[in-house]
Amino acid sequence: MAEQNTGARVPTVIADELHIVYRVSGAKTGRGSATAALSRILKRGEERGVRKVHAVKGVSFVAYRGEAIGLIGSNGSGKSTLLRAIAGLLPAERGRVYTDGQPSLLGVNAALMNDLTGERNVILGGLAMGMTREEIKSRYQEIVDFSGINEKGDFITLPMRTYSSGMAARLRFAIAAAKDHDVLMIDEALATGDRKFQMRSEERIRELRKEAGTVFLVSHNNKSIRDTCDRVLWLERGELRLDGPTEDVLKEYEKFTGK
Amino acid sequence: MSETTRDGDVAVGAHQSSDDGLTATELAAEYGLSVSGARPGLVEYVRRLWGRRHFILAFSQAKLTAQYSQARLGQLWQVATPLLNACVYYLIFGLILKASRGMPHGTYIPFLVTGVFVFTFTQSSIMAGVRAISGNLGLVRALHFPRAALPVSFALQQLQQLLFSMIVMFLVVVGFGSYPRLPWLLIVPVLVLQFLFNTGLALIVARLGAGTPDLAQLMPFVLRTWMYTSGVMFSLHHMLAGRPEWVIRVLQVNPAAVYMDLMRFALIEDYGSENLPPHVWAVALFWAVVVFGGGFVYFWKAEERYGRG
Repeated sequence: MAEQNTGARVPTVIADELHIVYRVSGAKTGRGSATAALSRILKRGEERGVRKVHAVKGVSFVAYRGEAIGLIGSNGSGKSTLLRAIAGLLPAERGRVYTDGQPSLLGVNAALMNDLTGERNVILGGLAMGMTREEIKSRYQEIVDFSGINEKGDFITLPMRTYSSGMAARLRFAIAAAKDHDVLMIDEALATGDRKFQMRSEERIRELRKEAGTVFLVSHNNKSIRDTCDRVLWLERGELRLDGPTEDVLKEYEKFTGK
Repeated sequence: MSETTRDGDVAVGAHQSSDDGLTATELAAEYGLSVSGARPGLVEYVRRLWGRRHFILAFSQAKLTAQYSQARLGQLWQVATPLLNACVYYLIFGLILKASRGMPHGTYIPFLVTGVFVFTFTQSSIMAGVRAISGNLGLVRALHFPRAALPVSFALQQLQQLLFSMIVMFLVVVGFGSYPRLPWLLIVPVLVLQFLFNTGLALIVARLGAGTPDLAQLMPFVLRTWMYTSGVMFSLHHMLAGRPEWVIRVLQVNPAAVYMDLMRFALIEDYGSENLPPHVWAVALFWAVVVFGGGFVYFWKAEERYGRG
């Protein structure tokens, strides 16, 4: 597993006692009642009608250049939240995350618009990720070919709302994976598309990992974790339960879930 | 990755390399790592925002196109919507309520249409601004960019919308006898100043709306009140004749009234400078600079908090 251990290990991400708390408004009292809502607004106290969800509780780890780290844990254990915090997209309640360069979360879903053609979405998504127009132009064909959208006819010039869910997911992944990243984080992206596309995605992730400093991968598929990662963090209820080489952690995890 | 860390050991890795015993902060300092998601300084923020100018423009154009992409007439609605709006206002205020008050018909209709379009520009920039962050949380939580890009982009979308409306405006104005002449060039500075003012307001309400999404429900009422006190359908000058001088002055320096009156002055031949308050250009410049500058700083101050919860 130690394929690129070239002497000194350079840290790229350091999480130091990280806590993330979500605030959800309007989840506490009866929603429909207007008087309850009014009293919530009037009670300008500490937190009016706001419920806190402590999603990540004191997680610390150090990630190094050249590592591919899998994040596992049951649903709602805080994996995606942790990724967003590393990317600097969710503010930390307590503790800190230090990073080398700007970590990117692989996902442009939100920037794309269903009413626009695939073509315009490629450009929009690329710009949203911070690519320049020239970069997008030079990679445009690559993105379209990778997505396989045009394999069954000229779909790229049709609005995205006409795509099947698989096609849309493939295009989104293709756009997101077009950029080179220092620290790359992937959230369950490998589950999209058919088998052929999944293989292509895994291949692309290995490539990205060679270019990128560090790759984080969230997945419920233990096989894709085994295929791509050499280290695994296991989160449960927002706490870091295990951190170690893929095989060791997965063995424990499978024992845990098998119960 | 060769070293093995043992179960449950939370602070891993760092303690097995040559960096033994360093705290996370020291380790970060040694390798030049920076805090993720920290708010950059104001100058750096402006620089990054400028770096995203292509995204801002593309996003605003995409929103504009997506608006009518399902309609049969497509982009024709960009022009048809403001035209229909003008017709409705003419029906109600021109024919039924007779709000023209001493203004000849040939002046009142261009007066009304110009007012409606210019005020709508500010109004829709604010409405879009309120939801700029709260309505795009998915985008804010998925990608990294200066958040000001969103409200700026929405204000830019409204500017492009206004440029479409201007086609209707020119037709109406020419139709009622005000032909293109030199003062039409004043449209450009008026638009620039109003755009700055709108962007500033959009930035302010974007921050407020990110904290209190209820603002989106409240805003239409505030904006309607503002519209009726700004002289969109009637001339403040005529309506308030006989009232104390200072009342008229106070209502006339209202930024919405200032930009509307300047646009009318530029376009309509019979709408002379007697309708404008004194020092009108200074007032217009003041509002644009103060609101834009203040709004930008106000928005930037909360940069790292957008997208929480």
